[in-house]
Amino acid sequence: MNVQVRETPLVQATSKIAIADGDIHPARFKASEFDPWLDQKWRDRIALFGTRQRQPWQTGPAYPKGQPNASRRDAVPPEGGKQGSSLAFMQQQHLDPNNVALGILNPLGSGQGIQDVDLSVALCHATNEWQIAKWTGQDKRLKASVVVAYEDPIASAAEIRRYADNPDFVQVLLLSRTSEPLGSRKYWPIYEAAAEVGMPVGIHAFGYGGNPMTPAGFPSYYIEEMVGHSQAQQSLLASLVVEGVFARFPTLKMVMIEGGSAWAPALMWRLDAAWKRLKAETPHLTRLPSDYIRDHIWWTTQPMEEPEPRSHLADAIGWTGWDKFIFATDYPHWDYDDPATSLPLKISEAQRHDYFIGNAKRVYRGV
Amino acid sequence: MTNMIQPGAIDCDIHPNVPSVAALLPYMEDHWREQVIVRGIDELASIAYPNNSPLTCRADWRPADGSLPASNLAQVRAQALDPFGTSVAIANCLYGVQLLFSEDMAAAYARAVNKWMAAEWLDREPRLRASIIVAPQNPELAVEEIERCAGDKRFVQVLLLVSGDLPLGKRQMWPIYAAAQRHGLAVGIHAGSNYHNPPTAVGWPSYYTEDYVSQAQAFQSQLTSLIAEGVFNKFPDLKMVFLESGFTWLPAHLWRLTKFWRGLRMEIPWVDRAPADIVRTNVRFSLQPVDGPPDRDSLLRIFDHLQSDELILFSTDYPHWQFDGSAAIPDGLPADLVRKMTHDNPRATYARLLETVA
Repeated sequence: MNVQVRETPLVQATSKIAIADGDIHPARFKASEFDPWLDQKWRDRIALFGTRQRQPWQTGPAYPKGQPNASRRDAVPPEGGKQGSSLAFMQQQHLDPNNVALGILNPLGSGQGIQDVDLSVALCHATNEWQIAKWTGQDKRLKASVVVAYEDPIASAAEIRRYADNPDFVQVLLLSRTSEPLGSRKYWPIYEAAAEVGMPVGIHAFGYGGNPMTPAGFPSYYIEEMVGHSQAQQSLLASLVVEGVFARFPTLKMVMIEGGSAWAPALMWRLDAAWKRLKAETPHLTRLPSDYIRDHIWWTTQPMEEPEPRSHLADAIGWTGWDKFIFATDYPHWDYDDPATSLPLKISEAQRHDYFIGNAKRVYRGV
Repeated sequence: MTNMIQPGAIDCDIHPNVPSVAALLPYMEDHWREQVIVRGIDELASIAYPNNSPLTCRADWRPADGSLPASNLAQVRAQALDPFGTSVAIANCLYGVQLLFSEDMAAAYARAVNKWMAAEWLDREPRLRASIIVAPQNPELAVEEIERCAGDKRFVQVLLLVSGDLPLGKRQMWPIYAAAQRHGLAVGIHAGSNYHNPPTAVGWPSYYTEDYVSQAQAFQSQLTSLIAEGVFNKFPDLKMVFLESGFTWLPAHLWRLTKFWRGLRMEIPWVDRAPADIVRTNVRFSLQPVDGPPDRDSLLRIFDHLQSDELILFSTDYPHWQFDGSAAIPDGLPADLVRKMTHDNPRATYARLLETVA
């Protein structure tokens, strides 16, 4: 939503408690910010051929966004540059006033999903070093995600292990739209490494895996892409469960980021119903699909669904579990959720604490 | 206890099967009959329902002689019509017409299936109505077939698969909707893919279980497409019925769609009503599979979230295995809601059910 300027916050109390933000998007001020960690050959490669992805354009997203950089118009730093590219302004506009005690960085548009896989690996590594240098090394409230070139799972696993002992990294970051469903055996080295180092795997909406964005081809509009992230997320979660990722890696945690969450109960019911009929096909599953989801999956909250009446939201959250939600703003993107207004429900103090920070502290390591 | 279905229920989704391509040959034009025989063309049996999969046919409905389930009338009468006191059942034949790559061959099969349906089923059983099978591979040919069948009032609907070559809201598809609206036919959208695109937005899954579960995501994408492209602005009288789609996902999907509609409606300014309002006037859902929560109270909450008792149409999804015994309706639903699902809602959806068919 476009940001409205208000004289006073609507709910003073919630704006004062310390919160976690499970989805912050740091950006580069200029492209050359990655250069210190990129060999000359990769800089030359990018200069000559660009960073080609499985979508039509040399630059920019497949579908034109609703706002420049899909970001809040008021989030452009005073010194210029893209929204989210200034730590000082992020502190001033978001971290300080919202009392963000734990902010999880999810860099997008870094190097994930680039067709030239070696280039993707190099850019992802540069992104990780850049997160330390520009962000987590400067502000201890911020924690980084290990960005990996997921289409090369072996290289991804090595990148995860490289940061095994670095407390600045608390999560492995994948995007949702991969070349194969994420439960595919191809990706298991990533999960093995994540489970080994004790980091949850966050799966953020977006990415260009090359598959049409619906099972009936590409839709026409950006709104369809945005709504469609929840369909991609449902399909990949079904894949993770049914293909046996959680049966194989019983300590693995995953966080579904920016794909919505209110769909989770209906997906669990449908998975259970189908599995009861079809389980002869999947003897590697020893429990109901919904049991795996309850034990292994967390959801970030933004974009928060807004049913009318709002009490319906409490049903959806309750069916999934109040202990499964990690508050997130998606700063500085246009559909940012304000912590003061995003959960307009009368809930207990304990529930509010878990929702805004307690659950996050239990999911991310060492925070 | 099992909910009592009052006599006269209208079952909006049953699946009589083409027993074999030989049964269609008498209804094919010479050229196509010759093609089938000379080329040795196989049965058009979609991988959406593997023949021996438990879900494809309930065990006690499987013929002992090994023939295809639901492929003869006596069986359908005994298993699908009589036990539920059904007054009318709508036959949605899932022969793989929509999966073919040749537009002309698909149209030829569609004609054959519709002629076979009229002669072998509708002529012999007055409780049956049927959907017109069309070749969406070519909307012009689809419209030709709708025009050919429309005079027969026993056809109450045009049938499409949820996953084909295109999002269903795309304007290329609109001639089909125009023809349906012109003739008072609903447009049924049934689970299943032509498998020309991967069955999920993230590619091909390994297991059939994922394929079947993902049908619900395909329906969600198509609902978004139909609304965003303005189909119901252009065809305000058109009823679309999502068949074997599940419906417990609908409230959450509408919450998300509505949120983004508020934020991005400048992109689709013709959508001048909230998505939930559009669904309430134009879109319906068959009951089975319920895909419901395990407890009665939560299921009642879902019906509360739907905010209407007019959206769900009774279906058994016969012979697919969605329930056991005669428990076609979940326990604990209020009697007036059951009555609406089994009697009133189908009549309000399928205009042709109100017409006399001598």
